[in-house]
Amino acid sequence: MSDPVFRPLHTAAILIGILLAVVLVATQVAPAMQRTVIEALVKLIVVVGLYIFVGNSGVFSFGHVAFMAIGGYMSAILTLSPERKHTLLALPAALEALQLPWPVAVPIVIVAVGLIALLIGWPLCRLRGIALPMATFALLVITYVIASNWQQVTGGRQALVGLPRFTGLWVAFGGAVIAIVVAALYAMTRHCLMLRCSRESEVAAAATGIDLERERLIAFVLSAMVAALGGVLFSHFIGTITANSFYLDLTFVTLTMLVAGGMRSLTGACLGVAVIAFVAEVFRAIERGVSLGDVTIAAPPGLQEIALAVILLAILILRPEGLLGSYEIGLPRRHAADRRVAAKQEG
Amino acid sequence: MIFAQNAIDAVSLGAVYALAALGIGLIFSVMRLINFAHGELIMAGGFTLYGLVAQPLLVVILAVLIVTAVLALGMERIAFRPLRKANPATLLISSFAVSYLVQHIVLMIFGSRAMGVPFLPELGTSVEFLGLRVPRLQIVTIITTLVLMAGLVAFFRFSRIGLQMRAAAEDFTMARAVGVRANRVIAFAFAISGILASMVSFYLVAQTGSVSYKMGVNMVLIAFVSSVIGGMGSVAGAALGGFLVGIISVSLQAYLPADLRPYRDAFVFMIFVLFLFWRPDGLLMSRADRDRV
Repeated sequence: MSDPVFRPLHTAAILIGILLAVVLVATQVAPAMQRTVIEALVKLIVVVGLYIFVGNSGVFSFGHVAFMAIGGYMSAILTLSPERKHTLLALPAALEALQLPWPVAVPIVIVAVGLIALLIGWPLCRLRGIALPMATFALLVITYVIASNWQQVTGGRQALVGLPRFTGLWVAFGGAVIAIVVAALYAMTRHCLMLRCSRESEVAAAATGIDLERERLIAFVLSAMVAALGGVLFSHFIGTITANSFYLDLTFVTLTMLVAGGMRSLTGACLGVAVIAFVAEVFRAIERGVSLGDVTIAAPPGLQEIALAVILLAILILRPEGLLGSYEIGLPRRHAADRRVAAKQEG
Repeated sequence: MIFAQNAIDAVSLGAVYALAALGIGLIFSVMRLINFAHGELIMAGGFTLYGLVAQPLLVVILAVLIVTAVLALGMERIAFRPLRKANPATLLISSFAVSYLVQHIVLMIFGSRAMGVPFLPELGTSVEFLGLRVPRLQIVTIITTLVLMAGLVAFFRFSRIGLQMRAAAEDFTMARAVGVRANRVIAFAFAISGILASMVSFYLVAQTGSVSYKMGVNMVLIAFVSSVIGGMGSVAGAALGGFLVGIISVSLQAYLPADLRPYRDAFVFMIFVLFLFWRPDGLLMSRADRDRV
């Protein structure tokens, strides 16, 4: 296990340990605080999903929130009661009658989203340069327009309500563990190494025989599936699902989390979520009002978002690589030889 | 007759898209920044109109021009100048942040509801012209766009700073080496993009009669698509792309079956993705952007 190949697993183990501690503390606090922790854990799943593609390939994606939406709607349709589906939607009879328990529905949804991502990603990953991020942007807009108009399947502009709210602390924790483990296992494969190589130089990667399109596609599908898991848990945490909640604002928040912590490191992705979730919570409290003696000072709504934007700008300007850059938390390294290998791997 | 009506709709909508795309294309050509916050320049222009709509028209127009231009310069100074050496993706993210910031400052001050603005209601009426009913707004839009574009062409061709901007778009490092001052060129580009944005504000406010803190978002998405279709970094391409997207949108609106019409934007973006496979660098690609190894 001291082989540097296993280093991503060490990182994952430490991160999961920290999360476990957070969750254990959270079981003892007030329900409102617990909800904040659950929400942060769900965001963590999405951001780690985003990291798998964006961090390793160096290509920004604005389309992962679309996979969250697709996952969320699919699991809503599979888990809602037939009566409710009858009143809200106009589905084929077989689909309307179908109601699965969530532990069955979630894996089906994730696999289905994986297939969709494969179908979309196969042509998309052939694009080069700025065309690929722009195409993911288009994916987000297309998904949003469809979700907010397809009355029969998504309820259109109306929210789908009454989703089973199974996302508690431990379910969210379980999702986060899965996301981190998937990211770490992927980081141990040669596919990840080849993708990182292409991140540093597309030309050099192509010259050494790396199939850029295939490597990007693998990461794209994996990260879409993890993001979809986040989307599913997100909808079943709130209990309702609307097209508006999966659009530019969520895209912005998740990208901020990724960039803030350091998009080239798994530890950075997790740290970004923690920092941004903490800041958002502080400002949410200020928006609710701070008591000073007998006066309550409440900031107008919008302050939270302003703070997020300012923090992101400050990080971009002062630390363009994010708070952690490409640093990964790990066991202390004993041998200089280890360090050399690691340096080679990272660089 | 219906075709002629649609054609006029397409040209006037295309003209607005072209103005928005020009603003984005111009900035991209000099500093490789896809400015998502361009939509917030449009929005800021709209809110200035909201505040001053009772004033004389000339005052309103001047004030809107000044506000958008100054805001554009401010964005450049605070958020984009420190990042000038960053890669395009980082720049795009930072423009995302600026956009989010400005939107929520406006949200905090004015609230989230759309507010009515009675700006030149007479623009909403139509004139009879060869048997067609053409809204005055469309005529004004087309004429303004043509005049502005002619002005821009003249500016790029005959003015010293215009020449420097063309040089900077071609090869920024080389341009600097022969004495082009980077800050001046980029500041000019931002000021012009602010002025272009204000024209779009006038159109949007006159057309919808209202302002809201999200009014720029849809326009900037369309402008993105237009400038990529035309060829990022090519100013003429941005204008061409704007007209094309206008024509496509109006045709879809006119000829899609009624139950698919709500999905018009999804079709526009689908066509955009297909287009990317055909020409990922746009119709008119600037020579400077080709990869050199």
